Amino acid sequence: MNWFHWLANPARFMRFAARLQPWIMALGLLTGAAGFYFALFASPADYQQGETVRIMYVHVPSAWMAMFIYVVMAAAAGSFLIWKHPLADVAAQAAAPVGAGFTLMALITGSLWGQPMWGTWWVWDARLTSVLILFFLYLGYIALVNAFDDPERGSKAGAILLLVGVVNIPIIKFSVDWWNTLHQPASVARMDGPSIDPSMLLPLLLMAAAFKLYFLYLLIVRMRGELMARRIRLLHLSDVS
Amino acid sequence: MKCFFVLVRRDLSLALRQGSDAAMALMFFVIVVTLFPLAVGPEPGVLERISSGIVWVAALLAAMLSLDRMFQTDYDDGSLELMLLTPVPLEVLVLAKCLAHWLTTGLPMLLIAPLLGVFMNMQTEAFPVLLASMALGTPVLSLLGGVGAALVLGARRAGTLVALLVLPLTIPLLIFGVSAVEAAVTGQSAKAQLLILGAMLMACLPLAPWATAAALRQAAG
Amino acid sequence: MRIRKLPRECLAAPYRVEAGGDLPYGVGIGCEGIAFMEVFGDHRFEGRGLGCQRGGRLVFDRLDFTLASGGVLILKGPNGSGKSSLLRTMATLVRPARGDLLWDGVSVTDDPQSHAGMLHYVGHADAAKPAMTAEELLTFWSGMRGANGISVAAALERFGIGHRADFPARYLSSGQKRRLALARLLVSEAPLWILDEPTVGLDVDGVAALEEAIAGHRARGGMIVAATHIRFETGDRVAELELSGFAPSAGDLAEAYGALGAELRADAFRDAS
Repeated sequence: MNWFHWLANPARFMRFAARLQPWIMALGLLTGAAGFYFALFASPADYQQGETVRIMYVHVPSAWMAMFIYVVMAAAAGSFLIWKHPLADVAAQAAAPVGAGFTLMALITGSLWGQPMWGTWWVWDARLTSVLILFFLYLGYIALVNAFDDPERGSKAGAILLLVGVVNIPIIKFSVDWWNTLHQPASVARMDGPSIDPSMLLPLLLMAAAFKLYFLYLLIVRMRGELMARRIRLLHLSDVS
Repeated sequence: MKCFFVLVRRDLSLALRQGSDAAMALMFFVIVVTLFPLAVGPEPGVLERISSGIVWVAALLAAMLSLDRMFQTDYDDGSLELMLLTPVPLEVLVLAKCLAHWLTTGLPMLLIAPLLGVFMNMQTEAFPVLLASMALGTPVLSLLGGVGAALVLGARRAGTLVALLVLPLTIPLLIFGVSAVEAAVTGQSAKAQLLILGAMLMACLPLAPWATAAALRQAAG
Repeated sequence: MRIRKLPRECLAAPYRVEAGGDLPYGVGIGCEGIAFMEVFGDHRFEGRGLGCQRGGRLVFDRLDFTLASGGVLILKGPNGSGKSSLLRTMATLVRPARGDLLWDGVSVTDDPQSHAGMLHYVGHADAAKPAMTAEELLTFWSGMRGANGISVAAALERFGIGHRADFPARYLSSGQKRRLALARLLVSEAPLWILDEPTVGLDVDGVAALEEAIAGHRARGGMIVAATHIRFETGDRVAELELSGFAPSAGDLAEAYGALGAELRADAFRDAS
């Protein structure tokens, strides 16, 4: 935990992040390129789903990221409320649109995948529904943070909302699963079938790593931008007074 | 403890004197439900099939309509600051506000729900379960709604925003509320659903006022 | 020692000490020669190195004050110099960005709820519900805070709105609403009054009533912090705190910028300070 507090000093973070940024980009490009190669060319098509299975290599990591980023944001919100680290708030706000983007991507790719598999663009599958609700939670957070004239108010209100949301997510997930088993039409195929083949697991993990690095890269870029914007705001204010 | 009742009594008498606010949510509830037969057709089978869902969705929407008033007037006229500065734990006062909100919106909706059930051709055997599910669910709505109402204090377009924030969080309520009534309609036991709704209420009772109090403190600060 | 409560009308000193032996608190002599105990006892309210940040800007910093029983602290300064912010900080509505508030030497920033019982805050808003009558409003607040002061009717009378007791607040003028907000100070007891421009909207009689209430409060060992133009006899436990409008020093600015990730040196701000 010590390094965490050490890094919570924005000046230190700015220097640290600036040094880290190119390395993350290089590593991300590398894993991304390898992931794409294995996903598109060096892995077999599914014996049932054919070539459409390749959507999985984007869809599944996106869905993972959607959950992951929300948890990261909630952790940041917690440390913002407890330790008052201004950087944690910057991180949560910077991550929100990225998380919403990944969630939207999971929804769109899920829908594209559903069309050949289920014969329809949208199915009220338990997973799709949960992800859709998660998307709403992201949008609610973004809307709340930007709804105040005083940015400080938005930060604090948003942080509380994130914590309420993260407590609610398991309950929502549980209730949607319950609802889905009640209403499940028999024709819909279950996605958690037999265990995944290693030839498919490798590109999946590579893509997941690439997505994580991409998120980290975007987070640093957005956080640095936000910190600079705050600095400019401060300069303006001290000019006035 | 005395403060709790003093505050509930004040909110109730305010709601009675400015009766239109509470009545509007109730009217909205009734009107939304009556729109559905007009939209999907008056066929009794169809209406019966969707009745529990419609009543619950309308209840959620009507509750959202009344939420932005929950703390807004106290925030605007400075009463909220003074409430923060009473020696009582803020959570207790929040609980009082939620109780008053439930008594003025949740309870009237609960009472009128059977009438809407009749409108929607719901089987009379399902009415006790509908009432039970709403009796457990609407207080949760007031408690969760309180969190949202406190978060949007001072925000632009607070009324719309509160619905955006709170509605996704009420989805479990909707699912189990509707599922309880559906179980009763098909002659199954609704005990499991009602127990889960009760568990939600028990979980919200301590947690929601705590989050609401945190939101109110930051709104005043 | 036995303390008996005197009739409520005797606002200046409603507690009468009937005791032999040592009195623990300061004792004043009333007009009829009865020994009165200072109701609130001996307290100390202090601020140490207070700093307040609003909208990303430091409105004041490194501010100290001490207030003892019977004392008055008057905040002076131009608009925007942070008078209201300081008063809200003292009332624990705003958490200080830096420094600490002490009540009898114990920090209150971590437990605002217990401090809340010690103070009355009268801000810019009058908290007058249009649909409630003046009497109902006062009764409500005395119920919330404990009805340990004078009666509601007496408080309304004291501020000259007794004849408006049954009027819904929507029919009260702004001056009358202000009087109503001030009457709250009298229906429940609290040793510390925090008043933010309490005379706004008041006529001469209203100001006189407030001055009388303040004098009574001080006589009983109460303390007052106010941003106001009421004149107090200086020297008589009255202190003034001049808020100049925070002109940040070069060091302060560098520190503030540092907290936001700037790698600028203090001397870069010579012009700004």
